[in-house]
Amino acid sequence: MNFEFSDNQKLLKDQANKFLADKCPLTTVRNILEGDEPYDKELWSDIANMGWTAAVIPEEFEGLGLGYLELCMIAEEMGRSLAPVPFSSSVYLATEALLLSGSLEQKEQYLPKLAAGELIGTVADAEGYGSTTAEGYSVTFKNGRLTGEKIPVIDGDVADFAVVAANGGNGTSLYLVNLSEASIAKEVLSTLDPSRSQARLTFNNTPAQLLGEDGKGAAALEKVFDHAAVLFAFEQIGAAEAALDAAKDYAMNRYAFGRSIASFQAMKHKMADMFVALELARSNCYYGAWALSTGDSELPVAAATARVSATKAMYECAKENIQIHGGMGFTWEFDCHFFYRRSKLLADNLGSQSLWEEKLISRVIASTEA
Amino acid sequence: MDFNDTPEEAAFRAEVRTFLDSVATRKSDPQDSWDKNLKNEAEGIEIAKKWQHTLHENGWACLHWPKEYGGRAASQIERVIWDQEEGQYLVPKGFFMIGLGMAGPTIMTYGNDEQKARHLPTLASSEKIWCQLFSEPVAGSDLAGIRTKSEKDGDDWIINGQKIWTSGAHYSDWGILVTRSDATVAKHKGMTYFMVDMKSPGVEVRPIKQITGGSGFNEVFFTDVRIPDSQRLGAVGDGWNVALATLMNERVAVGERKGGDVLELIELAKNVNINGKPAIEDGAVRAKLAKWYTEFSGLKFTRFRSISAMSRGEVPGPENSIGKLVGAAKSQDMAEFAMMLMDRAGMINDKEIAPFSAMFQQTFMQSPSGRIAGGTDEILRNVVAERVLGLPQEPRSDKGMPYNEIPTGTMK
Repeated sequence: MNFEFSDNQKLLKDQANKFLADKCPLTTVRNILEGDEPYDKELWSDIANMGWTAAVIPEEFEGLGLGYLELCMIAEEMGRSLAPVPFSSSVYLATEALLLSGSLEQKEQYLPKLAAGELIGTVADAEGYGSTTAEGYSVTFKNGRLTGEKIPVIDGDVADFAVVAANGGNGTSLYLVNLSEASIAKEVLSTLDPSRSQARLTFNNTPAQLLGEDGKGAAALEKVFDHAAVLFAFEQIGAAEAALDAAKDYAMNRYAFGRSIASFQAMKHKMADMFVALELARSNCYYGAWALSTGDSELPVAAATARVSATKAMYECAKENIQIHGGMGFTWEFDCHFFYRRSKLLADNLGSQSLWEEKLISRVIASTEA
Repeated sequence: MDFNDTPEEAAFRAEVRTFLDSVATRKSDPQDSWDKNLKNEAEGIEIAKKWQHTLHENGWACLHWPKEYGGRAASQIERVIWDQEEGQYLVPKGFFMIGLGMAGPTIMTYGNDEQKARHLPTLASSEKIWCQLFSEPVAGSDLAGIRTKSEKDGDDWIINGQKIWTSGAHYSDWGILVTRSDATVAKHKGMTYFMVDMKSPGVEVRPIKQITGGSGFNEVFFTDVRIPDSQRLGAVGDGWNVALATLMNERVAVGERKGGDVLELIELAKNVNINGKPAIEDGAVRAKLAKWYTEFSGLKFTRFRSISAMSRGEVPGPENSIGKLVGAAKSQDMAEFAMMLMDRAGMINDKEIAPFSAMFQQTFMQSPSGRIAGGTDEILRNVVAERVLGLPQEPRSDKGMPYNEIPTGTMK
């Protein structure tokens, strides 16, 4: 049995780790969080130069043609660094949507520029409060044009194009929209994690082109989200581990009652529980990575499993990191809140935890009946 | 990344399968068990000894032992493969784990030539069954706190005290025993380790009745039991290190836990109703099932990671330590939840009436032991915190203190 990443893949992870430690310390995250810039443009171009945006894009479209296992390694490190760039939107969502559903012409048009980091893409799915059902999109497509409102759209204000889920008359379909169209109203939203940008996009007779089969958008989007779920899960375990490390470092060096607070069992057991949640999530992520990289029919179950357990692990590590820091963890000055904010962003970005729990259990039940 | 054997592993697996096919019956149903029609324990021991004899004659009895002592010098991954394959046949398990797994390797490390010559052959052939006499009523998690006293008397030692939680003491021929030989020095320093003949005068074994009503363990009382000094293992006062060598040989557990898991719980939820519709359609039930599924899956793939580490010739990493911590609590909570789904009938533990032959009711009563035996949940969290995360130990109030000055409570 070889249920482990290869030495080369680990080497790639190690390089990504060092690169991000150098280019994206938490001060970089703070600059975006506190400043007016929606993302770190210099970091984005550095990342594109590393070829990470091109990782799984085939060579015929000017990508690197690497596998998903390699992208998982990059994702874990991106998560660890909390990099304030639209990587997940462009790489895990928009690129995957084009790879899975794009025509040859669409792939030729978009993929080389996505690979180079010259284009930023995103997926616009959510329509306000509550989860969006496949049948219920209020954004409509008629005579080649989209009308209606998507809120929130992650990186909607910085993306060059979006893959929009909308009702096209034959049910849900996906559409490619150039976000520089003048008919689109964009409003940057105030959110809990300003280190990543979100927007309200209002389409008003905006030209769009069909992506994939007409009326088959719900299934196509589900597939994109399954791919993204594995990659998001790797970001989540990377970030969860960083939060656990931060908690550990603080506890080791903070003294109370004459000794390191890390020596109190109340603290040790808390951190042991954080580790356990993280290890379970990690093992499930490996399962997701295996299913994604081999295209196995278990992917729907594996992706949902990885997603649900990574979401839980990151929330647990992020909130308990604050707790272990005590009052200092509640200050703006300390970095604990970055992880707490990001845990919620990553948890909700592909649909909420309860939505994924429901996907998971219905897929498990279906697989037991198959 | 794949789930396949290496060519060497595949060859070993084929060899194991060929051998087992030639001497044993393959299970037709995975739930089938070798002991389901046993009349009594004595019959089970007889069958187990016979099977172990067959293994020994064919060179499969003590896989991991060095070749010079009759083993195959099998690697960790080969032991896993053996267990995976053997588990598919109707053959007895247990009885010899302490002897082959723990006593044997300790004797190899600490025994003199005479002791090795006397015990290793009968261990290898499984003529003798061994038990482990470590825990005491007041020394479990704090094993070095044992009280059972050993006093030198000429060429013998006189043993007085009590051991507890000893599986198989009533049918064992020999035991490995740690004692307090000097109470005037620090607790780790004054211990001495023996091999004791369980038929010695003064050894009394009493079964412990558990909350399940069954008796899987014993108390063992020692009253002026004489042990010749030739049965001492390691130096006088070095018993703690010898005991650590024994504990080092506790198996890396990568087997799946038995009992109901989330897939059985899903089946149950399909077959009981809440408010007139199947429980499986209830959102709160589904959310719980999803949570347990992620734990079930997380443990499964954590085992796969451990097996992969062994396949590379490495010792499994810290991830392996979480299996019992997560699995035991999950069993308990799932059993409780399963009984809740059954509503008032959940209390019925009649195998003829209760779903899954009352498996969930049995698990409910058995599961507290899973969170205690082999390291309590609390100790395992300390292990994770200290050995995995590198956090400091709690200061110890008895550090360096002579054993006989360490405070003791009123609990016995």
